[in-house]
Amino acid sequence: MAVGRDKRQLIAGRAAQELKNGMIVNLGIGIPTLVADYVPDGVHVVFQAENGILGYGKSPRAGEEDPFLCNAGGLPVTLTDEASYFDSTIAFGMIRRGLLDLTILGALQVSQKGDLANWIVPGKRVPGMGGAIDLAQKAKKVVAVTRHVARDGSPKILPECTYPLTTRQAVNLIITDMAVIEVTDAGLVLKEVAKEHTVDDVVRATAAPLIIPDQVEEF
Amino acid sequence: MIAINTREKALSKVTTLEEALKYINDGTVLMYGGFGGIGNPPTLIEGILQKGVKDLVLIGNDTAFPDVGIGRLITAGRVRKIITSHVGSNPVTGQLMHSGKLEVEFSPQGTLAERIRAGGMGLGGILTDVGIGTVAENGKQKIKINGKEYLVETALTAEVAIVHADKADPFGNLTYIRSGRNFSPLVAMAADITIAEADEIVSLGSLDPECIVTPGVYVNMVIPSQGVNWKWPWEEIKGSS
Repeated sequence: MAVGRDKRQLIAGRAAQELKNGMIVNLGIGIPTLVADYVPDGVHVVFQAENGILGYGKSPRAGEEDPFLCNAGGLPVTLTDEASYFDSTIAFGMIRRGLLDLTILGALQVSQKGDLANWIVPGKRVPGMGGAIDLAQKAKKVVAVTRHVARDGSPKILPECTYPLTTRQAVNLIITDMAVIEVTDAGLVLKEVAKEHTVDDVVRATAAPLIIPDQVEEF
Repeated sequence: MIAINTREKALSKVTTLEEALKYINDGTVLMYGGFGGIGNPPTLIEGILQKGVKDLVLIGNDTAFPDVGIGRLITAGRVRKIITSHVGSNPVTGQLMHSGKLEVEFSPQGTLAERIRAGGMGLGGILTDVGIGTVAENGKQKIKINGKEYLVETALTAEVAIVHADKADPFGNLTYIRSGRNFSPLVAMAADITIAEADEIVSLGSLDPECIVTPGVYVNMVIPSQGVNWKWPWEEIKGSS
């Protein structure tokens, strides 16, 4: 069996293509955290961490970690030249004021209207919403990154979310290991398909209806 | 020279861990600084564990990791209730919650920070639209201002707050450690008694007033920190991915 692309790294790499010069960007915990290591050459964005850093960069080299300089996922980071520290009210003040251009968040479920569920699996796992409600509701653009289907094979992109919502109609773009899907007023539009899969694979793995344009790119 | 020493002595809140722990007892409502363990005060947490305090009501951002920071109090079963925003990094919190041994109340993180700040600022609460349309609005009063709907989020205060400072002077002026600041200056303002453990206690007058994050008026006790006594999760997983 051929060794395929690592799904988490594939998703993070594709999500990093959404970064544009000058953007203020918050990365959620999990796959989104990896995006900081995939910023395309020549692109300069400012990463915000809700634990009180504006201006962090790649992961430090092994042995150079600073235990008191971590992102919101608890992983060591490095600073960029414009960096500042602040407390959690300021961290969320800049989020609520709409100063974040982009947030990339993990997802348990996304609906065809862009509803996001990512903080509780009722009766099973209750991690809590953390900053996800603030971010999903207030960032100018919301990208949801997730494996296309759950571990048991059940679809995560649905007509309606069944888990309690993080926020309604917030997600603009869904990036998975199989596809890139845009949330539009007309519904979900399939923009790109991973080279390991076909359009039909994606349609079968998606519970919500997909609009298939004439041109679907490969990634 | 003598005058300065006299002033430092008159204003000093430097004390011992033992003295500070007299204020933390069974059932105490305890706020703590820290995010993912960074900013949780290691020496005070160790002291609480050693003292055997139980039935604590905690208020803070998250429950760190099972063997890190505030998570150690959860793991040891010393906590009755917690008001927090995220417990995903500490599976023990989830287990205790599901078995009914720990009451957990969630607030969106920015809202939790503002509720604590409001408590520290002497306000009754705040108005925010964050969480409208989700379960975060359940049970909360709604107010319409200029046609826009807001949730009324009540202020939070505590009996005691504990923080990990980088530098403290004897009056209790504090600076924090990089991403260890997070909720620390907020909880430091919102409790009846605030206890700071500091990596370095410096002489009065040696901190630049421009750089002080928590003014000393909010701090009741300063104790020396013995430093972090746990391994960070990234140290454990290093090289395994």
